[in-house]
Amino acid sequence: MPEKKYSNEEIARAATSIRKRILGLAIDRGGCYLAQACSSAEIVSTLYMNIMNLGPSLGCPDAQPFPGVPSAVNMDYPKGSLYNGVQDVRDPDKDRFFVSCCHYASVIYCALVQAGRMSDRAIDKFNVDGWNMEMIGAEHSPGFENTAGSLGQTVCIAAGTAHAYKMKGWNGKVYCMLSDGELEEGQAWECFQASAFYGLDNFVVYVDVNGQQVEGWTKDIMNTEPMVDRMHAFGWEAVVVDGHDIDALEKAARTPHPGKPLMVLCHTSPAHGIPLLDKMMPKHFVRIPAAEKDAFVQFYQQM
Amino acid sequence: MKLEVNTHSKNMIRFAQLHPEVVVLSADLGTSCEVKEFAQQFPDRYLSMGIAEQNMCSWAAGLAREGFRPFLHTFSVFLYRRILDQVEMSVAYPNLPVVFVGFVPGITTPGGVSHQSTNDVGVLRTIPNMAIFDIGDATEIEGVLDLAYNYNGPVYIRMLRKEVPRFFPANEPIQFNHARVLSEGSDVTILSSSICTEEAMRATAALRAKGVSIQHLHVSTLKPFTDPQVVEACKKAKYGVLSIENGTVIGGLGSAVADVMAENGIGKRLIKVGLQDTYAHGASKMYLLKKYHMDAMTLIEGVEQLMDRKLDIAEHDLEDIRFEDYTAV
Repeated sequence: MPEKKYSNEEIARAATSIRKRILGLAIDRGGCYLAQACSSAEIVSTLYMNIMNLGPSLGCPDAQPFPGVPSAVNMDYPKGSLYNGVQDVRDPDKDRFFVSCCHYASVIYCALVQAGRMSDRAIDKFNVDGWNMEMIGAEHSPGFENTAGSLGQTVCIAAGTAHAYKMKGWNGKVYCMLSDGELEEGQAWECFQASAFYGLDNFVVYVDVNGQQVEGWTKDIMNTEPMVDRMHAFGWEAVVVDGHDIDALEKAARTPHPGKPLMVLCHTSPAHGIPLLDKMMPKHFVRIPAAEKDAFVQFYQQM
Repeated sequence: MKLEVNTHSKNMIRFAQLHPEVVVLSADLGTSCEVKEFAQQFPDRYLSMGIAEQNMCSWAAGLAREGFRPFLHTFSVFLYRRILDQVEMSVAYPNLPVVFVGFVPGITTPGGVSHQSTNDVGVLRTIPNMAIFDIGDATEIEGVLDLAYNYNGPVYIRMLRKEVPRFFPANEPIQFNHARVLSEGSDVTILSSSICTEEAMRATAALRAKGVSIQHLHVSTLKPFTDPQVVEACKKAKYGVLSIENGTVIGGLGSAVADVMAENGIGKRLIKVGLQDTYAHGASKMYLLKKYHMDAMTLIEGVEQLMDRKLDIAEHDLEDIRFEDYTAV
């Protein structure tokens, strides 16, 4: 981990700014993945600002027109990983960041802004037709290493990357962010099994355990607990933290995990920081009710 | 005609010696996919992924992004039917150089329906960026890894194993998107792939003896499918065209030929020989080829239909021109 670059207060302010920006989008556009912003703002901010050792952004600070899908004649398009400082020629000592829960795109874009990796005006192009700032993007979208919308795959791709770093003897770590609903995917468990088998102690997974998914509370849709015990049984190190406690999030990354991968289970609230959302939860995609728009606008102005 | 044994095993080792970034991933079937010797020679480059194909596919994408060249080994059926979403989202969309080396394609396994990749070609032809190579003989096994390595994108190979005949000269390797002309003629055109090329060769020999002029192309690149030889061969066929393939006729070689004929305004009949929209069951290749009408005799009957005449060729006439003992499974 790099030396502490930001104070906890600065990270807390960044998290609040992320929530505020996405609440603004939700008000302007009628809706957004706002609950995910509330649950993960501290996780993503702390990862970007103090935990991960990324190179400086190489991406354009402004939004870009969609550069086309990858193909044999389009492999040199600007990659989302440029914003995480990833070049074609890798720096063996720098970390990597894979986001599996790619419906959190707005959170990632706003965190890039807070970490000084993208301009705030780029967010104006969020989910605008023809631009690279999609609501659910792909590997051209700022901050994204890969195309992640089909759950269960990105954690395997990240593990394959960690395995590649091991085989090359590189020091960089591979971080991956998941949401808890994804833990229901069978492929994720294939990955947990293989990551322990190959002793990937350069692999760290942060999970936003916000306890909700599309159809309701996770415990009612498909229980995945007790996750710590399950991960220990799979040969991982695993810790539980309050996902809104910046200090705890950072300390968790320092958990010793020799010879094993590390999972940090971040327990969060999908309404954290915007109490008006409390009674709406669980809600995968938040639409601001017309009757409550004024209240949300007022709250936004006071944030 | 010579039978070659374990050609892929030797070739994989030769190929890996040339390219240090090549790694083999196995889903617990490496020993059945001729990479046992590779594992002994390159233990650090043989990654055992267990019976977990989805993770193997996405994991390979991670390796490929870091400069490794992963060659996934298991039965072909498990590389497309079970993990189609992983193939598409982890590998094909980002156009990564991952090679799926699929064994016992089509009905070449007595393992029954769960082990028979009978609609793989049709399914995978719909995937952008991906190339598909369907192996026909030992010479093609020797060349296909180099072909896959030089292709800019993911590759799916329908590989043959154990005893495989050598039909084509060892010094005439498989070529990308370029069919082999095995017979020149103008009455009927036959396009064949995989093990069905031997059936087509048997049929062609018998038909020529009866004075039928046959244009026969062996096709090993099923995607892309833009070889101008295919257009020319279909154009010159006086009575019509036949395709024969080791799998369902929906979406595979026959469908690809139909597209080419329609797109080029070639208004002739096409008979597609292969599995007629059915699954198969577990039995020997020779039995299944006959039972499901994927054999030389079916081709001959097709030629009779196109020419509207009886050619008086019986099954026993074909016995003399068998190129391989397919009763061995």
